[in-house]
Amino acid sequence: MTAVLDHLPVLPIIVPLLAGALMMLLRESRRVLRNSIAIGSLTLQLAVALTLLYQTTDAAAHIWPEGIGVYAIGSWAAPFGIVLVVDRLSALMLSLTSIVALAALIYSIAHWDRPGQPFHSLFQLLVMGQNGAFLTGDLFNLFVFVEVLLAASYGLVLRGLGTARVRTGLHYIAVNLAASFLFLIGVALIYGTVGTLNMADLFGRVAVLPPNDRALFDAGAWILGIAFLVKAGSWPLNSWLPGAYSISVAPVAAGFAIMTKVGVYAVLRLGTLMSQDEAAATILGEILYYTGLVTLVSGMIGMLATQHLRRLVAYSVIVSSGLLLASLGLGIEAVTPPVLFYLTTSVLTTAAFFLLTGMTDRTRLSMPPAAEPDSQGDVLPLYMAFGVTSPDPYGTEEEVGAAIPAAMAFLGLMFVCCVLLVAGLPPLPGFVAKFTLLSVILETAPVVGARNAGWVLAVAVLATGIVSVVALTRIGMRLFWSTAERRTPRLHVVEAAPVAFLVVVCLGIAAASGPMMRFFEGTARSLHDPQAYIQTVLGTRVAAEPDGDSR
Amino acid sequence: MEAVYALAIGVLVAAGVWLLLRPRTFQVIMGLSLLSYATNLFIFGMGRLEIQRPPILVSAEIDPVLYADPVPQALVLTAIVIGFATTALFLVVLLALRGLAGTDHVDAREPEQ
Repeated sequence: MTAVLDHLPVLPIIVPLLAGALMMLLRESRRVLRNSIAIGSLTLQLAVALTLLYQTTDAAAHIWPEGIGVYAIGSWAAPFGIVLVVDRLSALMLSLTSIVALAALIYSIAHWDRPGQPFHSLFQLLVMGQNGAFLTGDLFNLFVFVEVLLAASYGLVLRGLGTARVRTGLHYIAVNLAASFLFLIGVALIYGTVGTLNMADLFGRVAVLPPNDRALFDAGAWILGIAFLVKAGSWPLNSWLPGAYSISVAPVAAGFAIMTKVGVYAVLRLGTLMSQDEAAATILGEILYYTGLVTLVSGMIGMLATQHLRRLVAYSVIVSSGLLLASLGLGIEAVTPPVLFYLTTSVLTTAAFFLLTGMTDRTRLSMPPAAEPDSQGDVLPLYMAFGVTSPDPYGTEEEVGAAIPAAMAFLGLMFVCCVLLVAGLPPLPGFVAKFTLLSVILETAPVVGARNAGWVLAVAVLATGIVSVVALTRIGMRLFWSTAERRTPRLHVVEAAPVAFLVVVCLGIAAASGPMMRFFEGTARSLHDPQAYIQTVLGTRVAAEPDGDSR
Repeated sequence: MEAVYALAIGVLVAAGVWLLLRPRTFQVIMGLSLLSYATNLFIFGMGRLEIQRPPILVSAEIDPVLYADPVPQALVLTAIVIGFATTALFLVVLLALRGLAGTDHVDAREPEQ
C-alpha cells in the first residue's frame, strides 16, 4: 500500500499519457470504449489529485512532515536528477485541473468530440501538460510540459476548422512559439550562470553568485518572466488570448480555463523562490503590479466593448489574470491566501461559463460558428482532407442521450450563477474571494507606502465587479429577454450536468470558505518560507547567505 | 570564437524577428525557424565554447574541468526535437489557411490597396 502511495505524484503525468496513447490506437467506431477510457483516466486523476491534496495538509503530517512530497524520477537525487514536487500549491492546481478537465470532457461527449479521432487524445495530453507543469521541480521540465500542453492546445484550437479558426490558430501558434524561444533563452541563461535547473537548488546558489554573473542571471530571469507573462495573458502580451479562447469550441475553451493560470503559477512559484533578494523583489513587485493593473483595465474595456458572450468571458480571463498579478505585485504576504482563493474560483467560473456559452450559442437562430463569422467565399474545401464534411461540423445538432426539461430556465439560472461568480456578488464564492482580497488590501494599504498602490487596486477590484455586471447583464438581456431571435435548444443531460457540477463545486467552496481559507493560509505560509521546500527537495538545509556582498 | 559565435546568433535573431513581423505566412515560418536555430545555438553556447573536450567522464579520478558540460547539449537536443515538431505543426496550419482563405496573408485576406 505504501509503495502505491509513494508513486502517487507521478500518476497525474503517466495516466493521461497512457490513456491518450491508447486512444490513438482505437478505431473511430469504438466510441463507448474511448469515452470510458477518457472518463476513467480523468476520474483516476481527480482521485489522485484529491489524495495528494489531503496528503499535503496538516491532517496528514505523518506522511509528508512539511506537507511537501518529492518524487525523484529514476531515484536520481535532486540537484542532478529530475524531481516532481508536490506541495499545497501544486496539489491545489492539480485538483483544479482534474475537476475542470472532467467537466469539459463529459460535456464534450454530447456531440462536440465528433468528428475526428484525436480529440480525446489531445485533451488527455493537454491535461498531462498542465499536470506536469504544476508538478515539476525543474525549470527545463517546466518548459517541456508547457510545450506539451501548448502542442495539444494548438490541435484543440483548430477543432472545427473554418477560416476564422485556422487564422486565429495560426496567430496563437506563432505568438506561443516565439514565447517558447524566450522561455528557452531564459532557461539557458540561468543554467549558464548558476549551473543548475532545479528550482530549489537555484535558490541557494543565486545568493552566492559573483556580481558579473548576477547581472546575466537577472537578464535570464527577466526573459523567463516575459515568457511567463505571455502565458498568463498579461498586457501587452495578451492579444492572442481573446481570439484563441473565443474561437475554440466550448469544451476546449473550458479546458483552456486553467492554461493562463500556468503562467500565474510559474510567477508565483519562482517569484517566491527569488524574493529572498530584497531589491529584486521590489522591482519584480512593481512590474507585476503595474502590468497587472493595466491588464485588468484593458480586460475591463474589452468586456464592455464586446458583443459576443464567449469573447466577453475571454476578456474576463484577462481581468482575472490582471487582478492576480497586480495583487501579487503588492508584495504583501497576507495577500496570498485571498489571491489563491480568487484563482480557484475564477478557474471554476470561467470553465463553467465557457461550457455555458456552448449551449447559449444554440439559442440563436442564426448560429455564427465563431466570434467573427468570415465569409466562406469561393474557397478550396481543404477541410475535406481532414475528414470533415462541412466547415463547421458543430452547427448541426445530433441526438445524444436524454434532453433535459425547461432548458431555457436552466440556461437562465446557470447564466445568473455565472454572472454572480464573475462579478463577485454574494452568495457565491466570487464574493468571498474578492471580499477577503479587499479587506487585506485595505488593511495593509496605509503600510504599503506612498505609492497608494493598495487604494488604486482596491478601486480597480470594485470596478471589475461593476463592469462585469454591466457587460454581462447587457448580453444576458439580449440572450434571454429579446424575443426576436431566439429558440429553445435541446439540452442534453451530459451537457447540462457538467455546468451544474462546476457551479455546485463553487457553492461548496462558498459553504466551506473557512476551511478553504485555512488551507490557503497554510499554502501561503509554505510558499513564503521556501526553506522547507528547498530542504525537502535537496534533503539538506541550504544556508541562506546574506546577499549584501554578492550584489 | 566567441565573437563570431555571438555575431552568428545575433544575425539569425535579427533576420528571424524581421521575417516574423512580415505579413506572409511563409515568411513567418522562416522567421520562426531562424529564431529556433538562434535559440539552439544560444543554449549550446551557454555550456561554454570549448574544443577538444569530451562531455563524458570515463572514470572518477579525472579533473572535470577538462570536460565539456553535457547538460546544455542534452537541452539542445530536446529543444531541437520540440522546435522541429512545432514547426511541422505550424506548416500544416499554414497550408490549411492557404487552402481555406486562398491567400497566404497572415490575416487570411489581402490588405486593401
